[in-house]
Amino acid sequence: MSKIVTDVVCPFCGTLCDDLEVSLSDDGKEILEVYNACAIGAAKFLHAQASDRITRPRRRQEDGTWKDISYDEAVDYTAKMFAESKKPLMYGWSSTNCEAQGVGSELGEVVGAVMDNTATVCHGSTLIAVQDVGVPGCTLGEIKNRADRVVFWGCNPAHAHPRHMSRYSIFPRGFFTGKGAKSRKMVVVDPRCTDTAKTADIHLQLEQGRDYELLSAIRVAFRGEKLPDVVAGIPKEKIYEVADTLKEGRFSVIFFGMGVTHSLGKNHNIDIAIAVTRDLNDYTKAAIMPMRGHYNVTGSGQVWGWQFGFPFCVDLTRGFARYNPGETSANDLLMRDEVDSFFSLGSDPGAHFPNESVKKIANLPSVCIDPHITPTTAVCKVHVPVAFVGIEVGGCAYRMDNVPIETRKVVDPPEGMLTDEEFLKKVLDRVREIKEA
Amino acid sequence: MAEFLVKNGFVYDPVLGINGDMVDVAVRNGKMVDASDVGTNATVIDAKGMTVMAAGVDIHAHIAGPKVNVGRNFRPEDKLFNATPGKGVMRMGGGHSVPTVLRTAYTYAKMGYGFALEAAMPPLLARHTHEEMRDTPIIDEGALPVFGNNWFVLEYLKNNEIENTAAYIAWLLRMTKGFGIKNVNPGGTEAWGWGLNCETIHDVVPYFDITPAQIIKGLIEANEYLGLPHCMHMHGNSLGQPGNYGITLETLKLAEGYKPKGDFGRDQVLHNTHLQFHSYGGESYTSKGFASASKEIMNYVNSVDNITFDTGIVTLDETTTMTADGPFEHHLSHMNNLKWVNSDVELETAAGIVPFIYGKNTFIAVAQWAVGVELALMAKDPMRCFITTDAPNAGPLYRYPRVWKWLMSLKARDALLEDAKYGDKVRNACYIGELDKEISLYELAMMTRAGCAKALGLSHMFGSLKPGLEGDVVVYPYNPETADDPELIEQAFGNAHTLIKGGEQIVKDGEIVSNGNKRTFWVNCKTNENAQVQHDISEKFKKYYTVTENNYGVSAHHYTPNPYVIEVDATK
Repeated sequence: MSKIVTDVVCPFCGTLCDDLEVSLSDDGKEILEVYNACAIGAAKFLHAQASDRITRPRRRQEDGTWKDISYDEAVDYTAKMFAESKKPLMYGWSSTNCEAQGVGSELGEVVGAVMDNTATVCHGSTLIAVQDVGVPGCTLGEIKNRADRVVFWGCNPAHAHPRHMSRYSIFPRGFFTGKGAKSRKMVVVDPRCTDTAKTADIHLQLEQGRDYELLSAIRVAFRGEKLPDVVAGIPKEKIYEVADTLKEGRFSVIFFGMGVTHSLGKNHNIDIAIAVTRDLNDYTKAAIMPMRGHYNVTGSGQVWGWQFGFPFCVDLTRGFARYNPGETSANDLLMRDEVDSFFSLGSDPGAHFPNESVKKIANLPSVCIDPHITPTTAVCKVHVPVAFVGIEVGGCAYRMDNVPIETRKVVDPPEGMLTDEEFLKKVLDRVREIKEA
Repeated sequence: MAEFLVKNGFVYDPVLGINGDMVDVAVRNGKMVDASDVGTNATVIDAKGMTVMAAGVDIHAHIAGPKVNVGRNFRPEDKLFNATPGKGVMRMGGGHSVPTVLRTAYTYAKMGYGFALEAAMPPLLARHTHEEMRDTPIIDEGALPVFGNNWFVLEYLKNNEIENTAAYIAWLLRMTKGFGIKNVNPGGTEAWGWGLNCETIHDVVPYFDITPAQIIKGLIEANEYLGLPHCMHMHGNSLGQPGNYGITLETLKLAEGYKPKGDFGRDQVLHNTHLQFHSYGGESYTSKGFASASKEIMNYVNSVDNITFDTGIVTLDETTTMTADGPFEHHLSHMNNLKWVNSDVELETAAGIVPFIYGKNTFIAVAQWAVGVELALMAKDPMRCFITTDAPNAGPLYRYPRVWKWLMSLKARDALLEDAKYGDKVRNACYIGELDKEISLYELAMMTRAGCAKALGLSHMFGSLKPGLEGDVVVYPYNPETADDPELIEQAFGNAHTLIKGGEQIVKDGEIVSNGNKRTFWVNCKTNENAQVQHDISEKFKKYYTVTENNYGVSAHHYTPNPYVIEVDATK
């Protein structure tokens, strides 16, 4: 008989499904199967069992090969790196729990670091747009229970957030949406014919990079004003139709992703998408929500919010918190050679950053905290493997709609392995020792 | 543990009836003791020429939680030119109207406060509120979950099922580690789920077919059924609307006939928060159309004994408004056209956040200021009137001492009206010109600690220097015998000379020297098994929530590492 752990929270994407069931071996040490999860989530749990998993920190030698070191040595290297740096960059913070983010914030304050999270290459433009115009939003349950108009703009949940449509947005039968998908009209705006677009009632296949124009045209259509025959490759009749569809809904929601946040226009696209939502609230009820990627990138913005007042790009180097994306953002700092050491935790900038930035990381004193071998570990000087949050250690994570859920520990980490939080605490203690000496 | 002897100060303690007498005050093992009970090793604090009180108790502020953090994150401009580096035991801080949690703690400490109640916690997001409270050092805190638009409550109260409502409330307080019952725009916030509102207490909530009046009465009854430490904490319908005082009076009158139950020593069954926003006459915000209705409201409040209120006094600053009154914030964003955040929470509540500028050179902002001040000046019983700014809604937290200055000094009020562009019109439209009362330090002690502690059911811990209570003492560098300039009030009460909290010295010679031993207060209310409610909870989680029932409750270790649990037995 295997043992089943229920109500497990999936530490993969911002959908933060909390209904997983994991079956364990009799001794509770091995994960056998993962139920209810999507393919990506299940793979993450099972990958924690990989036989070739790195379980001890390693340091790169002169000749490029790795040498195993102890956690104490890794702590010492990291602490000294920080103590000797004038301006360290502490990046990532999205695939870890809020407890680690909290300790990391204190560490960043003590060493005078610039702290940035994965929003910087993701929904950072959304955060900036919210600072411009605010955002009418809601939790995902509101969508499940009320929404009858659902727009996916520049995002592809069928692949990026695989259970989003079934748990929250399209298929569930909620309190006021008893007919499930039949009670909803689904609109997808995407230049590509994605698997999400294929399931839509209306697919607006706009010209790439013309999101701002199309959003603007929808605002015109709401007001019943005249449009040119074609906007962003979409005939005006279609635009009027979509505008009317949204206005006539009881509850409309727009989900959006990288297709708008990092295409031409960036935060201005989000400004106007939010303006569309504000407009809709004059006719009906409407909300808009970013499809946050990492399972706790949202939490990282929250923790920094209450500790420093800013959600990303937080510069602590002057002894107080500053915020100026473009100046204090990770890639800009790296490319301008403004930081003199690099620390990564809970992300994989080696895979996500522009090559120019990754080359800079390769030339800096650097530490990467990550359970996996990644493109980032490939360019860092020290790699510290840690326990998987949400699998081997619990802790708080914030879903894409800012709902905090406490992730669960399912199995023990490999013997002797530290968690993110434990490692950071040791570094913090060691930095204080060095500073006091 | 440390012993302290505070000597030679002018002591104000309405509970003990000490009114400015020079009495020695002592703390031992974290508690107040008789001055003769401390040894010769006690740290002596010479408070000569200074004012000594029990630490302050804040009954209503928005200082931790999801909407507060929205305020921080979406307003980088709120941090402009006011960031401060860490120093000694203090970490860095920032923020004017929505400070970081660390600055919130330091601000309270410098104002001599020891306890604060976070006024609105969305139950589904309770973990967030607790994470922020956990990271707020020094002060003890609790948080009120919101109930007035909760689907369980609406469904039970529609059928007048008080026992089920009470059982659900007790369950939710346990799940969220909450302190009591908050009721914000009852029914209106649920209506806001469809972009609608309930503007009077008789408007029917869409689908749920219940009125705000039924919700208010039902929550009072459920609160007293359970005998919770605090009463139902009310933010009524039609906040901020000219002419809303009639709705407020109707709301307050719903409490008639109810008496407090339980063992916590409070006298009230309804606390109306930020009453200022609910005391408007007239029909518009213009100088011709607006009128204060503070007199009408206070005539009623003064005539009953089972209602308390806090003021919510406007401080004439740029600030950030935030409330679970979603439709109100939407309305506000259309008035000032600034950025607007809305956040609806499934089955439970909503929140809105909008920056707001109370300009000294506008008529309406100064008139709002006047209404708030009038309420405090007209209050006959200072044990039932508490001074707040509904921080940060009517003004930032750190402005409390400025508000006290206005209440304690006619000269300061006159100077403000003199300076304001429409001061004369405000005098015409409001009662402020007729009021020459100045609040005494004795009354201030009631309105900022003794009364608040009693209303929260915490008079056995806070609000007085009586032996046995928590060792929370503040010394303000204010000499009531010599001070004549009102500015001294603002200066002194924002810069405590000494704060002892739980027997530990937090502020020493005006500097913060310790982060104390912060506790999170919550109420563990035991009720009889209720199969119906348990069944309903399971059903709602299966069908309508997006988290599982087992992932809903706030666990102790991460979120409340240092809890103070108040046990209530409602099984009899």
